[in-house]
Amino acid sequence: MGIVKTSDLVYEYIRRDEDGNVEGITTAVDKVNLDVTQGEFVAILGHNGSGKSTLAKHINAILNPTEGTVWVDGMDTSDEEKVWDVRQTAGMVFQNPDNQIIGQVVEEDVGFGPENMGIPTKEIWERVEESLRAVGMYQFRKYSPNKLSGGQKQRVSIAGVLAMHPKCIVLDEPTAMLDPSGRKEVIRAVRGLNQVEGVTVILITHYMEEIIHADRVYVMDRGKIAMEGTPKEIFSQVERLKQLRLDVPQVTLLAYELKKRGLDLPDGILTAEELADCIMRV
Amino acid sequence: MSIILDHVSYIYGKDTPLAVAALKDVSLQFPDGQFVGIIGHTGSGKSTLVQHLNGLLRASSGHIYFNGEDIYDKDFDMKKLRSRVGLVFQYPEHQLFETDVFSDVCFGPKNLGLDKREVELRAYDALRKVGLPDELFYQSPFDLSGGQKRRAAIAGVLAMKPEVLVLDEPTAGLDPKGRDEILDQVKNLQISTGMTILLVSHSMEDVAEYVDRIVVMNGGSVMYDGTPREVFRHYKELEEAGLAAPQVTYMMHRLKERGLDVDVDATTIEEAADTVMQALGRSGKQRQKS
Repeated sequence: MGIVKTSDLVYEYIRRDEDGNVEGITTAVDKVNLDVTQGEFVAILGHNGSGKSTLAKHINAILNPTEGTVWVDGMDTSDEEKVWDVRQTAGMVFQNPDNQIIGQVVEEDVGFGPENMGIPTKEIWERVEESLRAVGMYQFRKYSPNKLSGGQKQRVSIAGVLAMHPKCIVLDEPTAMLDPSGRKEVIRAVRGLNQVEGVTVILITHYMEEIIHADRVYVMDRGKIAMEGTPKEIFSQVERLKQLRLDVPQVTLLAYELKKRGLDLPDGILTAEELADCIMRV
Repeated sequence: MSIILDHVSYIYGKDTPLAVAALKDVSLQFPDGQFVGIIGHTGSGKSTLVQHLNGLLRASSGHIYFNGEDIYDKDFDMKKLRSRVGLVFQYPEHQLFETDVFSDVCFGPKNLGLDKREVELRAYDALRKVGLPDELFYQSPFDLSGGQKRRAAIAGVLAMKPEVLVLDEPTAGLDPKGRDEILDQVKNLQISTGMTILLVSHSMEDVAEYVDRIVVMNGGSVMYDGTPREVFRHYKELEEAGLAAPQVTYMMHRLKERGLDVDVDATTIEEAADTVMQALGRSGKQRQKS
């Protein structure tokens, strides 16, 4: 079994009026089957309201399924006795770094997670150091988090999760509030975790460029998985993605435009290097 | 008729040991009807700059002129300025609070002391301008999608009938279609009403696509001020300032290095596709506009 697996997962948000009577039901996740292998880099795309975040919150047992089952490293997430184990196995990073940082000093913030787990002090410091190094923030360990840029803060949030030694990290739009260099820093750190540390990454984003190196992409629409494939397979379908309110990376879009104008180019070009190769061959 | 900033400086925590200069001697002019992009890394002074334009922050030194009047003059009507320069903050949907969308949009004009009929006309007009469908007008704002909520919040500012609209990262967190929709509406507003628009953005691609002029902020000062083509020519310096050029600009440089004679100043997909076709000796002109 994969590190994260869902079987016919359904989640319904129930709206109630002031007296507690049910006003309506929204099915946010509708029979989703996900199977993520340990060490994989999986991306989840989907328009606002497609159910991505609701799905992600199940992996960390913030939400429990209305129907179906979610397993994280073989543990059923709705098993209440396993909640803490599930959360240690699958860490989560959210959009706004300011909502996730609580420490007065960077290294204290990163130590918060392992401290709560009852790890011995000496090992906490070891974990703090290695986590901060992994995201390239070690030289800022004595800083106050509010002196950091958005990208730096977000990397501290990631280090905080990493210090709990999770097998899997779920990132829900970690770059939405960042400037271009902040986005680059965070994505580089995330790729490093995946490739160097072997941590399974599940990345939710609205920036298509960030996921060209993913192993696999799921596209969600109205709570269901609408597409699944490699970035190349997914980004070959420009029209379909646009129908789903999404886009393709700019390189892919340029190749697509050139093709419309009569250049003979393959579908699903993802990098500038690839595009240059193909154009020079024409 | 315009906004002029004349040697404006702003210091947070002035006269305290924690004083930080957020704006340093900034002089800028925004003529009527221009669509201006303001870019800069986190902490470069963009938001501080735009908060001066409607008097939320008062310059530590320097002057600001709105249509020729010094806004720091004793008899200048600051309240009026706030309705003439509309500021849409980041994540404006967090400021929605009424029970339905229409009442929420009415809140601003109602506070201007207008009569009920005028308030409702303005609210209706503003909601149409942001392209929100009629059937959503009486829904709870909290039942709308992310993009719809944000448009409702922008309508709330438009209903004040501002002459200048300042948007602080209006597309953060929206899906690609949502981004395009918001920016298309904003562009339409500029064209149809002649409103001056200032767009603070972290997306170089969006800025390249939509604006007439870019102001680059760095360390509280204006680093560059020019058309997208002029500004993104300095992509190396922009990277040092925590920014970047649009991705197509990099692709054009890559192609140029490989010996294809393309225009490296192309900043949009359209321009890039045109110059590649031309460099390959195939006319890029016969394309159909989709």
